[in-house]
Amino acid sequence: MSCLLPGMELDRATIGLVAEAERIARQLSVEHVVVASGVPAELLQHATRQADRVVVLPTKEPGDYQIEPCLAALHTVGAELKPRLVLLGQDTYSQEIAPRLAHRLQGCSIGDAQRIEIRDEKIHVTRGVYGGKAIAVVRANVEPAVVWTRSRAFAAEPERSAACQVEHHEGGTDDSSGSEIIERSREAASGVRLEDAQVIVSGGRGLGGPEPFAELGELAKSMKAEVAASRAACDAGWVSPSLQIGQTGKKVAPELYLAIAISGASQHLMGIADAKVVAAINTDADAPIFRHCQFGLVEDFRKVIGPLKEQIEESNG
Amino acid sequence: MKILVCLKQILDPEVSPRDFQVDPDRLEAVLGSASLVTNIFCENALETALQLREGSDSEITAMTFGPDDAEETLRKAFALKVDHAYRIATPEIPHCNSAGAATVLAAAIKKLGTFDLIMLGRESGDWGEGQTAGLVAEMLGLNCVSFVDQIDIVDAGVHLQRQTDVGREKLVSDTPVVVSITNTETNVPRIPKTRDIMLAHRKELTTWTLDDIGLDEEKVTRAANATQVVELYIPEETSSCEFITGDSLDDRIRELAQRIANIVQSV
Ligand SMILES: Cc1cc2nc3c(=O)[nH]c(=O)nc-3n(C[C@H](O)[C@H](O)[C@H](O)COP(=O)(O)OP(=O)(O)OC[C@H]3O[C@@H](n4cnc5c(N)ncnc54)[C@H](O)[C@@H]3O)c2cc1C
Ligand SMILES: Nc1ncnc2c1ncn2[C@@H]1O[C@H](COP(=O)(O)O)[C@@H](O)[C@H]1O
Repeated sequence: MSCLLPGMELDRATIGLVAEAERIARQLSVEHVVVASGVPAELLQHATRQADRVVVLPTKEPGDYQIEPCLAALHTVGAELKPRLVLLGQDTYSQEIAPRLAHRLQGCSIGDAQRIEIRDEKIHVTRGVYGGKAIAVVRANVEPAVVWTRSRAFAAEPERSAACQVEHHEGGTDDSSGSEIIERSREAASGVRLEDAQVIVSGGRGLGGPEPFAELGELAKSMKAEVAASRAACDAGWVSPSLQIGQTGKKVAPELYLAIAISGASQHLMGIADAKVVAAINTDADAPIFRHCQFGLVEDFRKVIGPLKEQIEESNG
Repeated sequence: MKILVCLKQILDPEVSPRDFQVDPDRLEAVLGSASLVTNIFCENALETALQLREGSDSEITAMTFGPDDAEETLRKAFALKVDHAYRIATPEIPHCNSAGAATVLAAAIKKLGTFDLIMLGRESGDWGEGQTAGLVAEMLGLNCVSFVDQIDIVDAGVHLQRQTDVGREKLVSDTPVVVSITNTETNVPRIPKTRDIMLAHRKELTTWTLDDIGLDEEKVTRAANATQVVELYIPEETSSCEFITGDSLDDRIRELAQRIANIVQSV
């Protein structure tokens, strides 16, 4: 069973998630059911060509999500379907639902899955631990294994030629209340979501304050890049926490990630494992970031950012 | 408000990769020369609690499930002036995961009676499972809100705020409620005063065994065995950096710009 929750879109991450559930279902010789709640019609369409069944939960309005009712509904469906594996995404909602759903279904929960395998009939999940310094393979000794997955860890599957029906489920008995989301504000994203950005310029504690981030923004513009940051820069309040990249921030996969005045702690690197090219500007040649770079410049950023922007603008013509 | 903060002691997550090793038999990290620290998100949770107490009539209890060394984490909490501290001593459970820890914490919380706010970190810096808060809530039959970075006490209970993937959310919640806390610019942990660190050693800290909270070890082991680590290894580093050289800074910046432009123009 794979779960599509409000906020998910028909993007690489979600396509990979559904595809992985499809592959595992085939290996286990079980049905693959997509359970969806408040997702766009095009994503449902796609699901009908990847799964044996698509079950839609009732929602008041598109994108509506409340923690307890969503959990109650997934619990009801899960108890009916008795899945061996429940796959979820990497978003806030998936992560908060996973352990609680596992507990209600008397299974186990494993997070941040980079790989899922069946060994000796049992579900095994590979994930990064100790802030990315080590890799663990974790076996689910009880089922269902409720697993939330790392974005874009999984490849797509060809669509089936025939689409299955969309079934509507009445959901769970939701008498639970007590906490309610009463306000949602979408951040005025400058354009592309960081997760989808092709080029990212990221700044760290070494920038020393919010002003250099403005300069970084100018440089980013010349590179048609999005700006991101390390946790240290976010915690300092120089930029919004939504720009944080890393273990507990966003996980990105750009063609180029330019890290400026970022040391490259393992927790930060966890967020850029899928970047094609990593480059860095740092005064310290021994900074760990350089061990994960294709190219780098050992220099004070203050001497580099301005001229670099001009050079790039020049080559843009 | 009666506030409980769960604090976990872990191997310093900022230990350099060069000093980091794993024990292939025990399937755990080797302590080596690394120190033990309080998990950063637990410190963020404690900081949030301390700020809440400043503006209200609140009482903070700190709790940890861990070996003797974990007392240090509670001493540090005392230095930040928590009101009470409890440690549940661990038996030898190999790699006690979130499910095991949650079983213990929930039983201890039950024994202590009701709290209005039960605060945990969003995840531990070692195994990073991020499950304990949700599991504790389930075991206690309470609501749970994750990734909270701002709490305000209101008449009806609490207002909670959090950052999601696309923006911010505000929630209203009855108490008691379990929340997991994440880092933000306003809950950067404060540093205790030296004098308070000294005084903390005189504070009375309660240590309980599993027996004291009415749990048998078998139950904890069973919960923890729901998942099992079967492999643990350090990934190989593959890439090697080409440092940009050149006679003048100008040359080097030009070279850097060229390389960047090549990639940017191809996307
Ligand atoms: C459980 C846990 C989760 C975490 N999650 C994340 C996460 O999601 N994301 C994250 O980023 N971190 C995370 N961290 C924090 C992480 O361990 C590091 O502390 C953090 O990434 C450091 O940020 P930084 O590189 O900006 O700062 P620092 O490590 O302080 O590095 C600053 C760098 O700037 C360089 N510098 C200084 N001055 C200049 C100059 N003038 N020009 C050029 N270079 C200069 C320095 O040489 C240094 O390398 C987490 C930590 C824990 C424990
Ligand atoms: N042994 C423990 N003692 C106290 N709190 C814990 C323990 N294990 C987990 N926690 C709490 O649960 C949070 C998340 O941990 P985890 O779910 O293991 O990633 C931590 O930040 C702590 O607040």
